[in-house]
Amino acid sequence: MITFDHVTITYPDSTQPVLRDVSLTIPEGELVLVVGRTGSGKTTLLRAINGLVPHFTGGTMTGRVEIDGRATSTHAPRDLADLIGVVPQDPMSGFVTDTVEDELAYGMECLGLAPEVMRRRVEETLDLLGLADVRSAPLRSLSGGQRQRVAIGAALTSHPKVLVLDEPTSALDPGAAEEVLAALHRLVHDLGVTVVLSEHRLERVVQYADLIVIVPGNGEPLQVGTPSDAMRVAPIAPPVVELGRLAGWHPLPLTVRDARRAAGPLRDLLIGRTPHLRPVSTGERALAHLQSASVSYGSVRALRDVTVTLNSGEVVALMGRNGAGKSTLMQSLVGIGPVPAGTVRVTNADPRSIASRDLLTSVGLVPQEPADLLEATTIAEECRAADRDAHVDAGTTRALLALMAPEIDDRMHPRDLSEGQRLLLVLCLVLAARPPLLLLDEPTRGLDYPTKARLARVLSDLAEAGHCIVLATHDVELVAEVADRVVILADGEIVADGPTSDVVMSSPMFAPQVAKILSPQVWLTVDQVSAALGSHDPMGAAG
Amino acid sequence: MGLAIIIVRVVLQVVFVAGQGTTVVLPLPGIMLPSWLAGIRLGGDITAEALLTALYDGMRLAAIIICLGAANALASPSRLLKSVPAALYELGISIVVALTFVPQLAADVQRVQAARRLRGRSATGLRALAGSAMPVLEGALERSVALAAAMDSRGYGRSRHVPLAQRRAISVALLSGLVAVCLGTFGLLSAGTAPWLSLTMVVVGCVACLGAAWVAGRRRIRSTYRPDPWRLAEWCVLGSGVIVAGVFVACSMVGVDLATPTYPPEWPTLPLAPLAAIAIATTPVWTAPPPPMLRRTSPTAELVSA
Repeated sequence: MITFDHVTITYPDSTQPVLRDVSLTIPEGELVLVVGRTGSGKTTLLRAINGLVPHFTGGTMTGRVEIDGRATSTHAPRDLADLIGVVPQDPMSGFVTDTVEDELAYGMECLGLAPEVMRRRVEETLDLLGLADVRSAPLRSLSGGQRQRVAIGAALTSHPKVLVLDEPTSALDPGAAEEVLAALHRLVHDLGVTVVLSEHRLERVVQYADLIVIVPGNGEPLQVGTPSDAMRVAPIAPPVVELGRLAGWHPLPLTVRDARRAAGPLRDLLIGRTPHLRPVSTGERALAHLQSASVSYGSVRALRDVTVTLNSGEVVALMGRNGAGKSTLMQSLVGIGPVPAGTVRVTNADPRSIASRDLLTSVGLVPQEPADLLEATTIAEECRAADRDAHVDAGTTRALLALMAPEIDDRMHPRDLSEGQRLLLVLCLVLAARPPLLLLDEPTRGLDYPTKARLARVLSDLAEAGHCIVLATHDVELVAEVADRVVILADGEIVADGPTSDVVMSSPMFAPQVAKILSPQVWLTVDQVSAALGSHDPMGAAG
Repeated sequence: MGLAIIIVRVVLQVVFVAGQGTTVVLPLPGIMLPSWLAGIRLGGDITAEALLTALYDGMRLAAIIICLGAANALASPSRLLKSVPAALYELGISIVVALTFVPQLAADVQRVQAARRLRGRSATGLRALAGSAMPVLEGALERSVALAAAMDSRGYGRSRHVPLAQRRAISVALLSGLVAVCLGTFGLLSAGTAPWLSLTMVVVGCVACLGAAWVAGRRRIRSTYRPDPWRLAEWCVLGSGVIVAGVFVACSMVGVDLATPTYPPEWPTLPLAPLAAIAIATTPVWTAPPPPMLRRTSPTAELVSA
């Protein structure tokens, strides 16, 4: 169905090719997962399938990409629209119309299908993706999961043979991600569509894939294989695979279900051992306190009667669906957004009364769109500005950045950084003034495993140094790794608040994979298990 | 707003260009400005003629604005787009997309200005505005590129091959047709030109435009999803507009004077034919089809269903 024949792609202004001499064949009806580090060329590979690279982005391409007999060199993306459906990373950015039904029909209108055909297919697609309830709703009013499904539906209505998705679940909460993946699974099984998707969170998708393409980056050759083969050697792997590697299970399990079946001996071995937890200094001073705080946007109440205390030295994970009030809670702590009812105190002051220039000495927030904070044209300039804003010695911010992301070059434009690098940069800008309370709003969107691990290390260090860190996230694995305490919000109210292990173990939606595999024992991460097993390797016998 | 326009127009007349006519209503002292500002006078006697001219002018302007405003409020640009001829579709969708970008841009400015506080900077003032321009514009640019890529990969702009000569002919016909229509309309509404010449120009221009649009439309392969039906109600609305335009054109040709003279001031007359035409123009209030209402789900329902 899809053939890459010795394809090399080089972007303008760059000497290194992104992809070098790629030869790849994807048969019809497969679900192909493309994995790799941020900036390794995953997106380039995906966009080369329908010719957006190089027709749209510029750059040079040698070799040949052929889809169902049509070469992208002779066909522009629009001439392949009947063959390939593309779902962009941010569905909102690709919407042309303003209601669900019109959006589903747009692609077909462009292809000039007859009105009766369009009507029938729209109805079919609404049912297939479970969107019938919102058919005439404005796109802006939809939740993240619904938007993603509309984007998939809009690509599907022209009956493409290939569907290409760029990180379809990265911005979604676990429930909405399940929804989208289930829909994709159904397409592959019922309609025989060839699906190519990229994803950082392997734990969500690896069990659905038929084929895995690993893009190592730097123009090195791709590795292609079945999931179990690829996972044996892949530098990045979901926790279930890492646990399998640690325990030496064969065949390597890819799903929690398979892993549970193999986990009997490991569970026996772990009886009597307890996970080593980071000592949380309890009784430390309270940095922030909310007392029956409520926030409303017009008639919508985003927070209702929230009472919570945040202490120094702890890492608090704020979880909940998209739209549950996580961002609103963070904004109220830095004094932006609507005026809250009730009491909000940050280091014994109302955050709204703190002047902007003094804010960073008590609380810092890294917002969902870190790029909003970037105004300068080079990294060096941005760091100098941060030193001035924070009233600290020149060079402080730059030194922090060198510690967190040594590979970033001073002369680069902040917008040219990868998503993860940009996040670390903004984190440094905010950290320059060493705010005791640090808030991060969905920091792991679009981050690969190595960057996430780096972030986790940085956050743990900061917590040990006495900072209180609050992170809003959908990423249960990161929570398991770094958080001491989990607060779950639903519909603006706190529905759970307690130590990480207690909260996540009691909820199947928020439980990390290791916990699911080893329950009823309380283990959250592979690291905990490997530390408990100690230096001797007893699992050699079990495998 | 219409009222404000009338008032402003009258006040301007009083302050700057009073003094035409002879019927003085309110004698006031005036200042003669130096010769290099000749022609502009401040103050002076207020005359009934001047007041009336200003009032009529203001009313005209107000009427135009009110009509435009009403059309804007009632018509949804994306629905209008469905009825636009295929040749103009690409122009149309650029306008519609641009319109949806405006609220987005406003939201971006707000978000970025709030974000300034997170870096310990002031969120208000001129510096804040300048500082936030960069992220906002970069964001808008990135978004438009993303949208363009998405539209391209969904088949926007697919067309059959058309020879260059034919494409040029289409453009020439469209442009000259539009110019002819404009000139003709101007001629019809102003008194001086021969009405028959103007009418011919309008007709020829229309034919040229429609022909070009039709030829150009044939190379498009677009179709329309659930096109708005064209039934009796739509004919009634269209008919009422055409009748009004026809009556006014006819009036100007047979010499019914619609402008009320101000020198010397007279009571306005009430010609019957245009009055009837205006009455017809109000009929869409009853005959127009009800616009389809968007069903909005409440935010709580969305959260639950998510």
